[in-house]
Amino acid sequence: MNKSQLIEALAKEENLAIKKAEDVVNTVFGDLEKALIRGERVEVRGLGSFKVKTYDGYKGRNPKTGEVIEVAPKKLPFFKVGKELKERVDVD
Amino acid sequence: MALTKENIIDSIYHQIGLSKSQSRIVVERLLELIKQRLETGEDLLISGFGKFVVNRKSARRGRNPQTTEDLQLRARRVVVFKTSGVLRDKINSDTKDSQ
Repeated sequence: MNKSQLIEALAKEENLAIKKAEDVVNTVFGDLEKALIRGERVEVRGLGSFKVKTYDGYKGRNPKTGEVIEVAPKKLPFFKVGKELKERVDVD
Repeated sequence: MALTKENIIDSIYHQIGLSKSQSRIVVERLLELIKQRLETGEDLLISGFGKFVVNRKSARRGRNPQTTEDLQLRARRVVVFKTSGVLRDKINSDTKDSQ
């Protein structure tokens, strides 16, 4: 499922105009994005939490050519699945 | 300070022109739709943000690191999140500002 399908599903379930459902979905993910850009943690009960982890730089190697490359330090969001979602997904 | 569901509901209330209670219902519904989708094993792709992927893990032998006891872990389904390249670049572009 992609974002437009999620928007359509929300519009249908809540009797919202597509435009309104689109604004809701964009606001929610926009808020998450802004928090992560600020380096702030996000906690959504039942779904999960996000935090930005910082990774040090290191010397890597291109496995094909064997060439040594410098990998710069980076920040990446890390998602920890919430209890409810974890249990619901882990069926059979 | 962490961003919570309450902050998101507030933001819907202030920006979308729904009442506070409608904002809450709509946010809860959206989260429920996301969970239902992942529950069926289907991935969820949010362009510009990232994707939630359901991975099937096969059963494996594990060990309790505290008691060193061997145990059998059953096959599981887990959700992983893969950040979109767009978001990753945004998070890394202001490294200097936030530190």
